[in-house]
Amino acid sequence: MPVLRLPTPLRPYADGQSAIDVQGQNVAEALNDLVTQHPSLQKHLFSDAGTLRPFVNLFLGEEDVRHLQGVETELKEDDILRIIPSIAGGNNR
Amino acid sequence: MKLSHDEIFRYSRHLLIPEVGLEGQEKLKAAAVLVIGTGGLGSPVALYLAAAGIGRIGLVDYDVVDFSNLQRQVIHGEATLGKLKVESARARMLDINPDIQVDVYNEMFTSENAFRIAEPYDLIIDGTDNFPTRYLTNDLCVLTGKPNVYGSIYRFDGQASVFNADDDSPCYRCLFPEPPPPGLVPSCAEGGVLGILPGTIGTIQATEAIKLILGIGETLSGKLLLYNALDMSFDFVRLRKNPKCKVCGENPDVTELIDYEQFCGMPANDHDAGSAGDEWDISALELKARLDAGEALHLIDVREPHELAISQLPNANLIPLGQLAARMHELDSAEEIVLFCKIGTRSVRALEVLVSAGFRKIKNLDGGINAWAEEVDPSLPIY
Repeated sequence: MPVLRLPTPLRPYADGQSAIDVQGQNVAEALNDLVTQHPSLQKHLFSDAGTLRPFVNLFLGEEDVRHLQGVETELKEDDILRIIPSIAGGNNR
Repeated sequence: MKLSHDEIFRYSRHLLIPEVGLEGQEKLKAAAVLVIGTGGLGSPVALYLAAAGIGRIGLVDYDVVDFSNLQRQVIHGEATLGKLKVESARARMLDINPDIQVDVYNEMFTSENAFRIAEPYDLIIDGTDNFPTRYLTNDLCVLTGKPNVYGSIYRFDGQASVFNADDDSPCYRCLFPEPPPPGLVPSCAEGGVLGILPGTIGTIQATEAIKLILGIGETLSGKLLLYNALDMSFDFVRLRKNPKCKVCGENPDVTELIDYEQFCGMPANDHDAGSAGDEWDISALELKARLDAGEALHLIDVREPHELAISQLPNANLIPLGQLAARMHELDSAEEIVLFCKIGTRSVRALEVLVSAGFRKIKNLDGGINAWAEEVDPSLPIY
């Protein structure tokens, strides 16, 4: 089963888990399974219209899925899908 | 730029490396680097660039050294508490290396001053703490053709890359075309950060800067480093230039600096105490008065469970922000609810969640439990 690795800022919405087994033949199905398992993630990943939010970066292995077939990209059993977050910290208090 | 005999002795360990040598050290001396932010990331960056002999280093920061900075901002110390960060950093850098020039800019980095400040420098190191300044730094680097050495941290996670190193090099917006909505990504002030993490990421940024100046090795251009201190994992993903990028793409929309606070929908700092606006806010003193008068207020603490060990308000119920949507049924919209967190930013998000669910009798404790500790109950610590 493919594994989806969640970044730290999204883990509170998935019971603190960092890696979640997801079912799906492609990225879209895997994401749907993810938000079915953890509905609180829905609004962080998808717009009200149901499209993936533009700041959500999905990488399959080393590659940005935008440079593959987007959410249609097919997944294999042992694939690792990773959400890469925008984090801003670095300086002050 | 020739080295003096003293400098040759000072940098002898560099001169012995064939990839650096006398010629390389002279390049470092001739180089000018601008460091945005003298906090967690800026501290190791500035220390190591000074020690390495970068001839001219600019520092931009508008803050003063705070006690809670010292857990990670190792360029500052107790002796400089309350002093300007740029002055505190300059003094330490010149103590390490009096042969360099350190320019200080005690101002916020903004669209108005960014071109003027950056003009003399060859490359820029992004050590900021907020999205507006990151997008500003990126766009400035693209518009002026300067490399942007990027680093960012959160809790145990770090990222680093080199953007805009050359024509084929992606920029920050190629990866993150737009910022996340306000409140989705907590700041380090709310979420915390391992004190050593900026040391790891900042030294990587300093390393990349030196390599860019010397023209040696393989930099992080076109790659994003993802570091996790808990797993001690260093992963890399490939970044590509986005032909549709709004600033570095083929038909850019952004051809001058814009209003980045408006673009990101958030202020350009990470430590404004949370305020939801007059209509929704309640001050610590007002809350105290109303509780003392016996009013029935339902206090909801939206912090994480481990924060209860630091400070608590009596008779408050804990519902961490991440669980609020799922546990809303525990709340009665007919009751008056007061939400609070550490400084008021998470509780503002919680308030937005509840308001959009139809709650109206709801208040945000302005400044959070830290404001309560400061104004009402000094027996509580501030964190």
